[in-house]
Amino acid sequence: MSMDFLYPDYTVVRDKDLCTNCQICVKQCGLGVHTYDAKTKTMRADSTKCINCQRCVAFCPTLALKVVKSDNTYKLNDNWTSSAINEVIQQAGSGGMLLSSMGNPRSYPIYWDKILINASQVTNPSIDPLREPMETRTFLGKKPSKMERDEQGRLKFEKAPPHLALKVPILFAGMSYGAVSYNVHQSLARAAEQLGTYYNTGEGGLHQDLYKYGKNTIVQVASGRFGVHKAYLDAGAAIEIKIGQGAKPGIGGHLPGYKVGSEVSKTRMIPEGSDAISPAPHHDIYSIEDLRQLVYSLKEATAYTKPIIVKIAAVHNVAAIASGIARSGADIIAIDGFRAGTGAAPTRIRDNVGIPIELAVAAVDDRLREEQIRNNISLVVSGGIRNSADVLKAIALGADAVYIATPALIALGCHMCRSCQTGKCNWGITTQRPDLVERLDPDDGTRRLVNLVSAWQHEIMEMMGGMGINSIEALKGNRLMLRGIGLNQKELDILGIKHAGE
Amino acid sequence: MLKEGQIRIPSGCAISGIFSRNGRRLGGEKIIDSIETMRVRSNGLGGGFAAYGIYPEHKECYALHVFYDNETAKEEAEKLLLKYFEISVSEKIPTRPIPQITDAPIIWRYFAVPAPHFLQDKELEEKELVVECVFKINADIAGAYVFSCGKNMGVFKAVGYPEDVGRYYRLEEYEGYSWTAHGRYPTNTPGWWGGAHPFALLDYTIVHNGEISSYDANRRFIEMYGYKCALLTDTEVITYMIDYLHRRKQLTLPEVADVIAAPFWEEIDRMPEDRRRYYTYLRNIFSDLLITGPFSILLGFEGGIMALNDRLKLRSLVAAEKDDMVYIASEECAIRAIEPNLDHIFAPKYGEPVIYTLNKEAQL
Repeated sequence: MSMDFLYPDYTVVRDKDLCTNCQICVKQCGLGVHTYDAKTKTMRADSTKCINCQRCVAFCPTLALKVVKSDNTYKLNDNWTSSAINEVIQQAGSGGMLLSSMGNPRSYPIYWDKILINASQVTNPSIDPLREPMETRTFLGKKPSKMERDEQGRLKFEKAPPHLALKVPILFAGMSYGAVSYNVHQSLARAAEQLGTYYNTGEGGLHQDLYKYGKNTIVQVASGRFGVHKAYLDAGAAIEIKIGQGAKPGIGGHLPGYKVGSEVSKTRMIPEGSDAISPAPHHDIYSIEDLRQLVYSLKEATAYTKPIIVKIAAVHNVAAIASGIARSGADIIAIDGFRAGTGAAPTRIRDNVGIPIELAVAAVDDRLREEQIRNNISLVVSGGIRNSADVLKAIALGADAVYIATPALIALGCHMCRSCQTGKCNWGITTQRPDLVERLDPDDGTRRLVNLVSAWQHEIMEMMGGMGINSIEALKGNRLMLRGIGLNQKELDILGIKHAGE
Repeated sequence: MLKEGQIRIPSGCAISGIFSRNGRRLGGEKIIDSIETMRVRSNGLGGGFAAYGIYPEHKECYALHVFYDNETAKEEAEKLLLKYFEISVSEKIPTRPIPQITDAPIIWRYFAVPAPHFLQDKELEEKELVVECVFKINADIAGAYVFSCGKNMGVFKAVGYPEDVGRYYRLEEYEGYSWTAHGRYPTNTPGWWGGAHPFALLDYTIVHNGEISSYDANRRFIEMYGYKCALLTDTEVITYMIDYLHRRKQLTLPEVADVIAAPFWEEIDRMPEDRRRYYTYLRNIFSDLLITGPFSILLGFEGGIMALNDRLKLRSLVAAEKDDMVYIASEECAIRAIEPNLDHIFAPKYGEPVIYTLNKEAQL
């Protein structure tokens, strides 16, 4: 066809014996892959438009559809893989940066899968969470260094710094309204309320109708300052300053104008249809002392009633940066690893910048302890958490809690087609098209999110009980409960764990 | 094989304590008889005692009990001790050679007060100075180990069954108002005297039976504040946690117990407002000092004794009273063996401290 032609990576396969021409696939596909030719009374599929979101597969009533990895191939080459070749072709044609969505998919080490968890045998009884209390309640925020007493010698509680109280050490990470749909936000907010945890607005402001979930909401202030005003700051239980995110450390964001409809426009306080571009840095933060000023500005604005979170991407010197943040007045640090998802990021940055969250959490926790400031700040980690074992390992390495976003989206229907930037999400997640948005039922979404986190909570409790630990705080930083498998000494040293068998 | 401190060794144990609320001083025979009754709970790999009120003639001095592997270690440690302290007595701790106790190190005792000039220069509180010196010797001088450093009290311990250890140290010659004892059942044998219990810092001593699952969380927290966990034992880290909370953070002992063996949230949530706020505050502020997993401990301190069980009561612990005497032990038999006629006997509840202190009129 042309020099720019790329054979689709995935091919839509229809079993004609099973297909009844019901055309549900036509209605379900927002990308126009499926068509019905009335003349010949046959269904057709255009694989070049397919992003492999699995929507048609999931809705085909007769199991007639599947999407398979296409077997068209260049001559095999371990160095010049087909994606390496395709990317050159794309850039030679367009002259542009490559864009991708969701987290870094490449085959870097996944340290979670090289860490094993301990259990009790004989010398110490395991505890059965079905019969004994098993506690997952977690507090995030500063611990005061001094305690005060009244004349009778009783402890005074009034002056304790503000904190967040979580029934389960899992929060929903920031995803902005605009990047994701209103129904996603509503589902997250309602699930957070039911679970006794928090969701994060991301950088796009907070829709007026969701203010009522404020006590379970973390409001974000990012470099674009979209939707930030006094009532917004007052609405949340905590305020997060987003410096960076794991999927694209060091750069800003870009919400394309076609996603900025009237509601998004009102919420973000920008004109309808205009691109929302977040600068790479905050232009009032060029140094750590500037950060301190923003932290205190936000504290002043909210009368010191809310903890301030500073979110950074896990980069090479993350430990030193975290140490600076711990002294900036912030109450909580959120660290986002290089596997973190995104609605859109330059492919090269997503795939090459940042470090694994497993190493980052260990390094940061160590550094804060070495400097005796671990108690000044709580540590929330994200970017690569896939299941409850990852959560447990993160906490044992030193995190207080974790943020999850990709698993939450999968719970809401995401099938990881990694095409969010198209704005045509067939599952109603990363789209603003009303016909697509309405596919995500917030009742259903809430229920599925609550299910997911509750299931993880049960699994965490079961694993804790196995270790003889009945309260999550005794797991935090308890690295003796972990062993490495197939890791070299340097990796073990950084993680601060022993090898299996030691 | 790795020594204690190079590897973490879990162990089961027997503990026993005797305390006279009137401050009457008793010889060491009774506590030996008591702990001997629980011989099956030990395996001959560690035993020891703590005694309070035993050095009235030196009660203004810190009594430092030290194990030395050799003379070189002793010379080196003494150089440091002379920098920190004015030493009034330096002597071998009297022992009685018995076949059950072998491989003894040099066991030395010093009565000393912190050197006034040094104290002034360092701008340290007296007890902080003692702690600093002890940590320095234990961490930096190979073959030297200070295992007791309080005033008018002392720890005596060795590898062996506790009753043999007691006879070895001639404890019948000491008189104390408070005694605790420990028989150890480690699941691995380092055969190092320093690894036996009690574990002590200043006048705090701990004997402990259990294996805490929160160990590394507790250890990594407490090490932030200058404590060096050299032995990797539960007892060591619990001692430091109590020192941190009670001496440094000035919590009362019941508050200390409420931190390390906190009630469950489901109980706290049902409490009246002020209690709920109190426990929520402590559990939030000191979350890293919660202990999970089984333990029963006896904390000895100047003028008192505290017994505490873990929050599920996963280890046995019995307490009893007779006149001014208090008895606390892993098993009732260890109490009945030395006092058959008790006024009152009870099992301390999970997470609820049992604290006894000297009566006001008690003279030491």
